[in-house]
Amino acid sequence: MKDFYVTIGLEVHCQLLTQAKMFCRCSTDYIGKEPNTLICPVCTGLPGALPVLNRRVLELAIRTALALRCEILPQVVFHRKNYFYPDLPKGYQISQYDFPIGVRGIVEFVSGGSKKRVRIKRVHVEEDAGKLIHEGPSLPWNSSGVDFNRCGIPLVEIVTEPDLRSPEEARDYLIMLRSIVRYIGASDGNMEEGSLRCDANVSVSRDVETLGTKVEVKNMNSFRSVFRALQYEIDRQKALLEKELPILQETRHWDETRDITVAARGKEEAEDYRYFPDPDLLPFSIEPKDLEEIAKTIPELPLERKERFMVEYELPEGEAGVLVQEKEVADFFEECLKEFHKPRMLCNWMLTEVLKNLNELEINITESKISPSNLAELLKLVDKREISGTIAKGILEEMFKTGGRVKEIIARKGISFITNERELEKIVRETIEKNPQSVADYLSGKEKALHFLIGQVMKVTRGQADPELAKNLLLKELNSGE
Amino acid sequence: MGDLVSFRDFTIKDYHGRLQKGEFSVEELVKMFLERIERVDGLIHAFLSLDSERVEKRARELQEKKPQGELPPLWGIPIAIKDNICVKDLPTTCGSKMLHNFIAPYDATVMERLKAAGALIIGKTNMDEFAMGSSTENSAFGPTRNPLDLARVPGGSSGGSAAALSALEAPLALGSDTGGSVRQPAAFCGVVGLRPTYGRVSRYGLVSFASSLDQIGSMSRKVEDCITLFEVLSGSDDRDSTCAPYPPFSRREIPPEEEITRIKVGIPKEYFSSGVDRSIVKSIEEVFHLLRKRGIECVEVSLPHTECALEAYYIVAPAEASSNLARYDGVFYGLRSEGDTLQEMYSHTRTNGFGREVKRRIILGTYALSSGYYDEYYLKGMKVRTLVRKDFEEAFQTCQLLLTPVSPCFPFLLGERTMDPYQMYLADVFTIPSAMAGIPGISINCGYHDHLPIGLQILGKPFEEGWIFGLALLIEKLLSLPSPLPHLESRKGSEQ
Ligand SMILES: [Zn+2]
Repeated sequence: MKDFYVTIGLEVHCQLLTQAKMFCRCSTDYIGKEPNTLICPVCTGLPGALPVLNRRVLELAIRTALALRCEILPQVVFHRKNYFYPDLPKGYQISQYDFPIGVRGIVEFVSGGSKKRVRIKRVHVEEDAGKLIHEGPSLPWNSSGVDFNRCGIPLVEIVTEPDLRSPEEARDYLIMLRSIVRYIGASDGNMEEGSLRCDANVSVSRDVETLGTKVEVKNMNSFRSVFRALQYEIDRQKALLEKELPILQETRHWDETRDITVAARGKEEAEDYRYFPDPDLLPFSIEPKDLEEIAKTIPELPLERKERFMVEYELPEGEAGVLVQEKEVADFFEECLKEFHKPRMLCNWMLTEVLKNLNELEINITESKISPSNLAELLKLVDKREISGTIAKGILEEMFKTGGRVKEIIARKGISFITNERELEKIVRETIEKNPQSVADYLSGKEKALHFLIGQVMKVTRGQADPELAKNLLLKELNSGE
Repeated sequence: MGDLVSFRDFTIKDYHGRLQKGEFSVEELVKMFLERIERVDGLIHAFLSLDSERVEKRARELQEKKPQGELPPLWGIPIAIKDNICVKDLPTTCGSKMLHNFIAPYDATVMERLKAAGALIIGKTNMDEFAMGSSTENSAFGPTRNPLDLARVPGGSSGGSAAALSALEAPLALGSDTGGSVRQPAAFCGVVGLRPTYGRVSRYGLVSFASSLDQIGSMSRKVEDCITLFEVLSGSDDRDSTCAPYPPFSRREIPPEEEITRIKVGIPKEYFSSGVDRSIVKSIEEVFHLLRKRGIECVEVSLPHTECALEAYYIVAPAEASSNLARYDGVFYGLRSEGDTLQEMYSHTRTNGFGREVKRRIILGTYALSSGYYDEYYLKGMKVRTLVRKDFEEAFQTCQLLLTPVSPCFPFLLGERTMDPYQMYLADVFTIPSAMAGIPGISINCGYHDHLPIGLQILGKPFEEGWIFGLALLIEKLLSLPSPLPHLESRKGSEQ
């Protein structure tokens, strides 16, 4: 069995988070809207309509390129990419060609426990196309429609060099990229809703010196499908190489339901897009002063933040990595720390209980009803042993649902915490009397029996005992009886 | 009520004087022009569509709300609009079968400005399909005839607008000039046509032919009206990125006559070569003579890249057109010819929708932009364009304005050049270089040979339309030629 060398490059399109489209003033808030309600002469390419650049697009694109550590080119030039398709009303897409916004960037990320880096070839902006609709109430039989609501929404395209070596690396790079574009507010990076789209170039070779035949894989709609499609494609190419069969340079589509890639139909000759500078949009230069202003708006990025969390809060790398993935979660964490300064304990609560509740409610942290000081208040009680962890979890759940303050919920639910040692001692003694078998088991060295006894105490007190205190009292009682 | 014939040499000022005195109402004025159109347009075919009912209604509304004191600059004045400029709720066909059913759902920026200035849109005028042509014979809806000689073409592509002015079917008109499409028909029809500096008038709502060259031009019967119209149309527009951030033109920018008579005028020798009709050269030399008598120095200059400008134009303009016209695909608006597949639908639609000349230029332009040919054609064309611009910059080092013929030839007979595209392209040889350079130019009548008019072109520095108007006013005064008024109703031919 000889070695195989896998080379992957990714082309990612992110919708930029602007209020208005790229070249007109139509709203970009198209999800769930009636087809063709967010359109105007400009974005539907009516005769005589002309594009005018939304400067916010440029700002977000530059921010993206800077966050990916690109060089920013001093000139902004738009080119027309000419081709015919019904979702492209002008017969060309306004894009960029030999003057992208940024070139030669770098993204660092962690994959398989080690730090990786991928070079960014270019970052450029272009307008999105419309959407073909093949079924709908207003469509006559056997016909298709076009919805132009999405047409003209600004996209940033981020192209890597072929530096990725495995599907895991590709997925982990994508997760980092999404995290970055969300951190800087450039895109919401939602793959399922199509605001982040990914195409891949994959090649497999038996010789480390030469690249294999490049195959383009499209139509991957989630991180999971990127991973699976790449894995499938690499296996397919390896199998062909083993049998010494040729690999065709082609475009293949990921078929989610069948779990395979399928060769795209139609002619495979390279299309000539006849790029030329758009005469409707004159080239202009970016002022160094403006560039500085934009650079100032870039926050601490996920990787730097993770490293800081590891040093400053002494968090393990894994936990810190998860904590910083979403800027809002990391912000919440740091906000909460101001009132409750136990980073390890807070981190554990964030990564287990808080994220669990968010997932169950299918919301993100900014949409939740809980504030950092609410959580701090709760954890303080736990920390002072005024309530048990179990109780606290229940209260947290309630806080996510109703958004009340901790004290209010405790009062409302009539939760009183048994902190009176003498009261608890009585219950412990009763428990020992009622469970002689467990006591015997414990004394003969079975640690598990102790947990059972703690459980019994908690059951009798309906969870209102401090388990730590119960354990200590149990141990004291059991050991004295020896 | 007056008789249109007595309005032959009227300007907007004269109409406003009569309207103020109550000699006729706005509605009556509009009706006079509509009646004139009804009587003569069957012979000329200057209009593709009229908006009679609405324009009369609007005229009544204007009259009812007549402002006290000074009138808005174009108040109550009818205007004809070239059919490639979008007027809300009116057809905008671009002279093409492709857009035969297209009703513009919005107003071009210039239309908003015209309406705000009180102008009345009387109808849309004929043109070469998508402004590609020099005779208006490329219209999918039949040619326009020259009112001064019905056997001849009115020039193009704004032939409908020029003919409408010449036949006194309208006192004002809009055209568009990509390589000479305002100036050449103005010359052929004996009227005035201005191509402004590129970027001085918003292109928003002008259907693109070649975006880096297209400009909306003011057309009129007298220089004075051309100035008024240009004042209304010009000025920056945040809907057109190529529109310069300059305030609207003001007639205060026109230097006084004493200053005009002290300037140096350049005569580019390449514009008086053997290819130019001798009668045209003679007529223009008479103008030089008159100017010299007034103390204006006329000196020979050279614009060495004049000839290659034409060739570069026929690469750059079709290249842009091939992309600009890609939107006519049968999907969203305009003509659709069905097919069994998407490709077939595209193919049928564009085969049926476009005429010969448009197809020729789309193919030419597609080729010039193709990979492997881009450097050799499009890029080279753009380089020539820079050289052409430098020619003018150099010439303007020594003189304030340039004087040239508009066209090397007289209006030709219908059908005379349709089979020979190169001969047709040559009709624009003197208007193309300045368009490529983006500088302003005006075409005014400077005489007749037999009954056929001769156009004189004045070219100026970018954004210095004031000087052009200054000299145009002086020449118009020195020549004191009457505006055209062909006797069309009696079909006796024509007279000036
Ligand atoms: Zn729009």
